Amino acid sequence: MDQAYGIFLYVISLLTVGGIYAVLALGLNIQWGFTGLFNAGIAGFFAVGAYVSAILTTGPSEHHLGGLDLPIATGLAAAMLASGLVAWGIGRICIRLRSDYLAIATLGIAEILRLIFKNETWATNGARGISLIPKPFEHLPEPWNQLAFMGLVLATVALLYVLLEQARRAPWGRVMAAIRENEAAARAAGKDVDRLRVQAFVIGSMLMGLGGALMAHYLKFIDPNAAEPLTATFLVWVMLIAGGSANNRGAILGALLIWTIWSATEILTTRLPDELAIRTAYVRVFLIGLTLQIVLQRFPSGILPERRMTAAAQRDQPPKPAAQRDAAA
Amino acid sequence: MIEFLNFHLIPGVVLGSIYALGAIGVSLTFGILRFANFAHGETMTLGAYFTLTLILVTGWHPLAVLPAAMALTASVVLGIDRLFYRPLRQSPVIILLIASFGMMLMVRSVIQFGWGVQLRSLRPGMIQQPYVLFDTLRISPKHVLIIASALVLMVLMHLLLTRTRIGKAMRAMADSPELARLTGIETEKVILVTWIVGACLATAAGVFLALDTHIETLMGFKVLLPLFASAILGGIGSAYGAMVGGLVIGVAEELSTYPWIGEGPLLAPGYKAGVAFAIMVAMLILRPSGLFRGRVF
Repeated sequence: MDQAYGIFLYVISLLTVGGIYAVLALGLNIQWGFTGLFNAGIAGFFAVGAYVSAILTTGPSEHHLGGLDLPIATGLAAAMLASGLVAWGIGRICIRLRSDYLAIATLGIAEILRLIFKNETWATNGARGISLIPKPFEHLPEPWNQLAFMGLVLATVALLYVLLEQARRAPWGRVMAAIRENEAAARAAGKDVDRLRVQAFVIGSMLMGLGGALMAHYLKFIDPNAAEPLTATFLVWVMLIAGGSANNRGAILGALLIWTIWSATEILTTRLPDELAIRTAYVRVFLIGLTLQIVLQRFPSGILPERRMTAAAQRDQPPKPAAQRDAAA
Repeated sequence: MIEFLNFHLIPGVVLGSIYALGAIGVSLTFGILRFANFAHGETMTLGAYFTLTLILVTGWHPLAVLPAAMALTASVVLGIDRLFYRPLRQSPVIILLIASFGMMLMVRSVIQFGWGVQLRSLRPGMIQQPYVLFDTLRISPKHVLIIASALVLMVLMHLLLTRTRIGKAMRAMADSPELARLTGIETEKVILVTWIVGACLATAAGVFLALDTHIETLMGFKVLLPLFASAILGGIGSAYGAMVGGLVIGVAEELSTYPWIGEGPLLAPGYKAGVAFAIMVAMLILRPSGLFRGRVF
C-alpha cells in the first residue's frame, strides 16, 4: 500500500514538472516552431521569471531583496512581464539578423543573467539562492496539496494550448508561418516582419518566465544554477524537436515524454553504486544528445508533425505527407 | 602604470591570443559551412584533454605533444562531421546549429565520463619565476610561450590562406559559396580542410588556456561567448578579423577590471564575461559586418 502511494506521488510530481516543461516547450514553439527564431537562452528567461516571482512573493528576509509578500498570482504575472521585457530588448537588437546571431545573443544573455543572479548577493542571496518561496495550496493536507498544484499546472497548460491554437489559426499565426517559410514574400505582401518576429519572441519568452516562476514555487527554492544551460535549455529543445515543431500538441507530448524518460533514467542510475552513478549521469546527457541527432536526421518533423493551414487541411483532408513537405521546405 | 602592464595588459594579450586562435575556427566554420558552431568550445576542451593524456603517457613538454593532440582532435572533429553534420548539409542551416548545440553536450559528457570533472593542472608542480625586465616589468615564461606560439600559428594561418591553393579556395568560399562552386572549387574538400584547421587551432587555444590557468571540463564552454564575440567583431568569415577581434576582446576583458576611475576596479571581476557580450551587442547594433567587413546573414 505504501509503495502504491509512493508511486502515486511520483506520478503526480512527474506530471507537475512535465507540465511546467510543457509550458516552456509551448513558449519555444512560438519562437522556433511558428516563427523560426532560435533561442539558446531558455534558461535565462526561465531564471528571470523564477527570481522575479520569488522576490515578490517571499516574506521578509535579511538574505535577499523581498518582504513584499505579494500574492502568487501577482508574482506569476510579474515574472512574465520581466521575461518579456528582457526578450524585447534582445529581440530589438538581433531580430533583423539571421537566426544564428539571435542564438549567440540569447546564449550570452542567459550567461549574463546567471552572473547577475550569482553576484548581486544583496538581491538574490548569491549562490545560496532564495528559499522559503511560498507554494500554492501548501496548507492543504498531503496529497491534496500536490494534486492541487498539479491541477494548477495542467490547467495552465490546457489554457495555453487553447489560446495558442486560436493564435495559430488566426491571421497572426498564418503570417508567422508565412514569415518562416518565405520572409521575402511576407515582406513583399506588406507585413512588418521584424515587428511580428519581436512579438513572437517576446510572447514565447513570457511563457518561459511563467514556467520558471511555476518551477520556483513548486520547488520552493531557486539558485543561480537554475540558469545552467543543460537542464532547462537543452531538454526543452529536445522536447520540442522530438514532439514536433510547430505543433502545440507535439510540444506538450514531447515535454511529458522526454521528461518521463529523463526522470526515469535518473531513478535507474541513482540505484547504481556511487562511482558508477556519477558517471552514468554523463551517459544520460550523451544519450539525450544522441536522441536529438537521430530525430534531426531521421524524423525531422517529430512525433506529431506540423498541421499545415492549407486549403486542403481546412476542408478536413489529411495533410501532405511529411517527406513531401520537407522536400518542399 | 607598472601594475597596469603586469596585471592587466599582459594577461589581456595572453587571453586575447587564446581567443584569437579559437575564434579563427568559429569564424571560418560560420563563413564556410554557414552555421554558428556551438560545439567549438568543446573542441578546445577535448584538445586540452588529449594533450593532458599525451603528457601523462610520454612525460614530454606540452608543445612537443601538441601536434599529436591536434591530429587526434582533428580526426574526432572529422568523424563528427561525417556522422552528424554531413547528413544535414542539404537541410536549412539552422538545423546544423541545433545539431552543433546537441554536439556540444555530447562531446562534453564524453569528456566528463572519460576524464572526470576535477580541476587539473597541465604541468603539475611547475611554478616558474617570472622574467623581470627593466626592474619592474614582470612577464611569466608561460605567457611568453603562449604569445610566441600563438604568433607562430597565426603566421602559419596567414601563409595557408595566401600561399596555398586550398587556402585561397577557403577564402573564396567564405566570400561567396555559389561563386566558388561555379569556378570549380571542390566544396567538400574545402569543408574538410576548414574542420582540420579549426580543430588544430582550437586544440592550441585549449592547451594555452590550460597552461595559463588549469584544465577542466567546462573551460571551452566558458570561452564560447568571447569566441563568438571575437568572430563577430572581426567580421564573420575573416580569419584576420578573428585574430584582431580575439585580441581586442581578451585585452578589453582584462582592462575592464583596472581601476580607471577611483579606487576599485571599474567592473567587478565577476562580470568580466559581460565585456565580450557588451562589445558583441554594440557591434550587432552599429556594424554587424564586423571590423573587417565580413558577411552578414
